[in-house]
Amino acid sequence: MKKKSLSTIYLTIVFLILYAPIFYLMYYSFNSGGKMYEFESFSLEWYKDLFQNTRLLIIVLNTIIIALLSSAISTILGTIGAVGIWHLKKRQTKNVLLSLNNILIVSPDVIIGASFLIMFTIVGIKLGFSSVLLSHIAFSVPIVVIMVLPKLQEMSSTLIDAAKDLGASNFNVLTKVILPYITPGIFAGFFMALTYSLDDFAVTFFVTGNGFSTLSVEIYSMARQGVSLTINALSTILFLFTILLVIGYYFISKRNGRIIGLGARK
Amino acid sequence: MIMPILLIVYYSFLDIHGNFTLANYQKFFTPVYLKMTLSSFWYALLITAVSLLVAYPTAFLLTRTKYKQLWLLLIILPSWINLLLKAYSFIGIFGTYGFANALLEVFGIGKKQILFTDFSFIFVSVYIFIPFMILPIFNALDKLNPSFIDASRDLGASGWTTFRRVIFPLTFDGVKSGCQVVFIPALSLFMLTRLIAGNRVITLGTAVEQHFLVTQDWGMGSTIAVFLIISMVIIMLLTGNKKRGGVG
Repeated sequence: MKKKSLSTIYLTIVFLILYAPIFYLMYYSFNSGGKMYEFESFSLEWYKDLFQNTRLLIIVLNTIIIALLSSAISTILGTIGAVGIWHLKKRQTKNVLLSLNNILIVSPDVIIGASFLIMFTIVGIKLGFSSVLLSHIAFSVPIVVIMVLPKLQEMSSTLIDAAKDLGASNFNVLTKVILPYITPGIFAGFFMALTYSLDDFAVTFFVTGNGFSTLSVEIYSMARQGVSLTINALSTILFLFTILLVIGYYFISKRNGRIIGLGARK
Repeated sequence: MIMPILLIVYYSFLDIHGNFTLANYQKFFTPVYLKMTLSSFWYALLITAVSLLVAYPTAFLLTRTKYKQLWLLLIILPSWINLLLKAYSFIGIFGTYGFANALLEVFGIGKKQILFTDFSFIFVSVYIFIPFMILPIFNALDKLNPSFIDASRDLGASGWTTFRRVIFPLTFDGVKSGCQVVFIPALSLFMLTRLIAGNRVITLGTAVEQHFLVTQDWGMGSTIAVFLIISMVIIMLLTGNKKRGGVG
């Protein structure tokens, strides 16, 4: 019995520490004094501030547009890529492509950011919206591939044989048999890409020029100047938004049967 | 998509005026850069070790709770909050008048400089990486057949021996992939070093960022990036296992 309570205490402490910073931010977002200590009185002025700050709102909009666009495009590209890899007959090429894919997932953001900065400069793409979008697509595609591929692999080949025997064309097989089967994987990939894109700081920091910025980069530059409770108000809203996303993701993976792991992109 | 990485290798041979040179590599092997690399590895090692020490018991206890998938989701949830916001929150907590110092006052220790120290850097890094360490270990423990543990106990092994001889070896793959997903990003962290460690800690990632965006010496930055890639591949080889097909 004593052992049991000890383990409960340990878990409670871990959970407390994990959530403390988030609630700390939320708590002080209602502080009428402008600091992250000495709670003076309840107020919503920082929320008012936030919604009057058009610059910040435009940045939020930019971030969402980039996230939605890049994850939609990379979901399409990644699904095509996954079907392509799955379709390959040669085992060796398959393995090479898969390990290249893994390297791209594991490689640190700094490297992805730096290499894209070099590439955009050489090719002559102006730093800004398009460069951020392209780099986000680039780091999302491998994630989508990783999410879609297991679904393809678990699909029984007799399904396709049956469809072909019944006279379906290749195109029909793809749209009527394969795609419906892997839809849960595609959705999971899309959600994953969306969260990675919303969360990304390092890559964006490298390839964003003057004048264009996403939320992470903006928070970074605001935080370097010191505490501003507008960030707290913003983070409260973002937290609620994230919870909504997670609930959505949870139900999708529930249908999938298991919670799919997260990568380590920072 | 591989092209950008090749470009980095190419750029690492260029000096600041675009001439072909090996000078960057010579410069990398001077004490300044070697020391930086070593300290970067040291911090990454510390961060990985501390995360493992905290994560293993957590994962172990989690597998023994009811509704473990739900608890796991709750552990992962904070990792979906924007990283910058969490770092920013710690600026408040560790600040001079923040919560941590208030707590120290209560215990009678008094105010201390917490922000901009090694402690705060390691604490925040561990905080950020811990879900990524818990997840693979949890999955490994979850797959473990409980009858192994029963068998070991029946054969008279103590709790500790069972853990050391049965549980830990069987979940070692999870530990390895956890270390991999913590160690590599820990080497290349750069915004935390700025915000939390106040430029006191310089990791390889910080150095790359500095050379690319501040001093504009892309050649040297690429050289460091090449070494970062090499260490990444070495770590992947060391911790990789053949069965694992990806992140999941």
